Amino acid sequence: MKTDHNLSYKSAFSLIIKRDLTIAFRHRDDIINPLLFFIIVVTLFPLGIGPESTTLARIAPGIIWVAALLSTLLSLDRLFKSDHEDGSLEQMMLSPHPIFILVLAKIIAHWLVTGLPLIFIAPLLAVLLHLNENSYGALMLTLLLGTPVLSLLGAIGVALTVGIKKGGVLLSLLVLPLYIPILIFATSAIDTAAMNLPYSGQLAIIAALFFGSLTLAPFAVSAALKVSTN
Amino acid sequence: MQFDSISAFFDMGGYAFFVWLSYGVSAFLLAALIYSSHSNHKKVKQKIALRLQREKKLRKAAQQNSVQAEQADSNTAVLQNLPKNSNKVVS
Amino acid sequence: MWKWLHPYANPEVSYHFIGKLLPWLAKITMTLLAIGMVWALVFAPADYQQGDSFRIFYIHVPTAILSMSIYLAMASAAFCSLVWQFRLADASAAAMAPVGAVITAIALFTGAAWGKPMWGTWWIWDARLTSELVLLFLYLGVIALHNAFEDKNLAGKAAGILSLVGVVNIPIIKYSVEWWNTLHQGATVSKMSAPSMSMEMFWPFVICFLAIAMLVTFVISIRFRTEILARNSMRPWVRELITAEGIK
Repeated sequence: MKTDHNLSYKSAFSLIIKRDLTIAFRHRDDIINPLLFFIIVVTLFPLGIGPESTTLARIAPGIIWVAALLSTLLSLDRLFKSDHEDGSLEQMMLSPHPIFILVLAKIIAHWLVTGLPLIFIAPLLAVLLHLNENSYGALMLTLLLGTPVLSLLGAIGVALTVGIKKGGVLLSLLVLPLYIPILIFATSAIDTAAMNLPYSGQLAIIAALFFGSLTLAPFAVSAALKVSTN
Repeated sequence: MQFDSISAFFDMGGYAFFVWLSYGVSAFLLAALIYSSHSNHKKVKQKIALRLQREKKLRKAAQQNSVQAEQADSNTAVLQNLPKNSNKVVS
Repeated sequence: MWKWLHPYANPEVSYHFIGKLLPWLAKITMTLLAIGMVWALVFAPADYQQGDSFRIFYIHVPTAILSMSIYLAMASAAFCSLVWQFRLADASAAAMAPVGAVITAIALFTGAAWGKPMWGTWWIWDARLTSELVLLFLYLGVIALHNAFEDKNLAGKAAGILSLVGVVNIPIIKYSVEWWNTLHQGATVSKMSAPSMSMEMFWPFVICFLAIAMLVTFVISIRFRTEILARNSMRPWVRELITAEGIK
């Protein structure tokens, strides 16, 4: 037990990230399935709307972002669920380290596994949707700043519903409204970039949302976990 | 008074449909809210009353059981000519 | 200094206190509603641009303002219950969520019915309307989370965290007018000192606002009492109350 207490915050943080990444790479389906979902949803839109490149280019930012929201939502479930089921979540809550740090580590690991692949695959899908050439930078930047916010806000919803048996639908009901501001600003930034105008304003707001949720969300998540695990 | 006649009042300067629609729907929703809150209050009270009744019944049944058990005990005690030794069930 | 408040933290005391308050609340609400509605519908002048469709304003704006204030009140109650483990605050937050949802729905509906004659469309994806819609979703999420838990105390805590998270949405609603700056007209009653509308329209608005606010208080009080009963159903005072009232 003594050694446990000597574990510094930094090493506890990196240990949790390593552990979650190891688990994630053992269950590769959990990484690949949301990504496949993302690709399939994006390809469904041209089939439903029609192949005209001007229409597609107009709605491409919205499609990519909505698909990103939905696939993040799908992957959120495994953020705490399996840990809750095998009891390791309760062990974590009992550890002498602040839950804030452990939760933040878990969220970052989740983003590395689900958010980062989205960013890599998004430009390919943007090509399929004939996205305006000027918008690629904006797309990448908004995804880079925006997807961590999705993981952070989503973690609050998961933490609240982890103790409920049929939490899946409820989770989307709770989390999707919180995603709306980020969706609005991200698509607006991409649209503005398409018109060759400066989009730093929208980017600044997304960055503000990112830092705001980075500092506040872990507290909300730890409070929610305390409610869910007792 | 802004209107010359009753019909002018109901016409609302040509916007009758929208004005009365919004006032009507608002009134309906608020009335429904008050009604449901009120009936909900009654329902909760009835639920508690039902539970209290059930508890009463259970207690009565338990008492009867204990009385019967006591009688049975005393009967056997008389038969065996032993001092009364009933194990009372305290509800 | 705050000692006079302490007795009201007792569920029994506040249950009976609000019970005594209810008839008065009902009377005040009825009077204000009667005055406000007649004033708004009959005596208030028609807008020189919007004509008589402006009368929707007297419901739309009070409900729109209240939809946000109820959310803020709910979040503050949730904050009190989370920080100080104050059970009654929990019950009040639970009482406010459905009322807030209905008020938000009314604000949205009357907004649509006002928008149709003025802008020529029922719905426009303008910032304020969108934020109001998001507010409705937040209310519905809080209610859904409340219903998902069997244990009322856990439900209250979880819903409280959610409403505190959603409170971030309120400033977005408030400042979205300046951020997006689309079709929706600027806030009509922006400053108390210099309202941009005439006094003949301002006073009926104030009466209507107070009437609807009192109505909301009335309904929240009823629901608050229900929540108190449901959470304390095992307590002796509730048993006595129910047997005294002789229900069934």
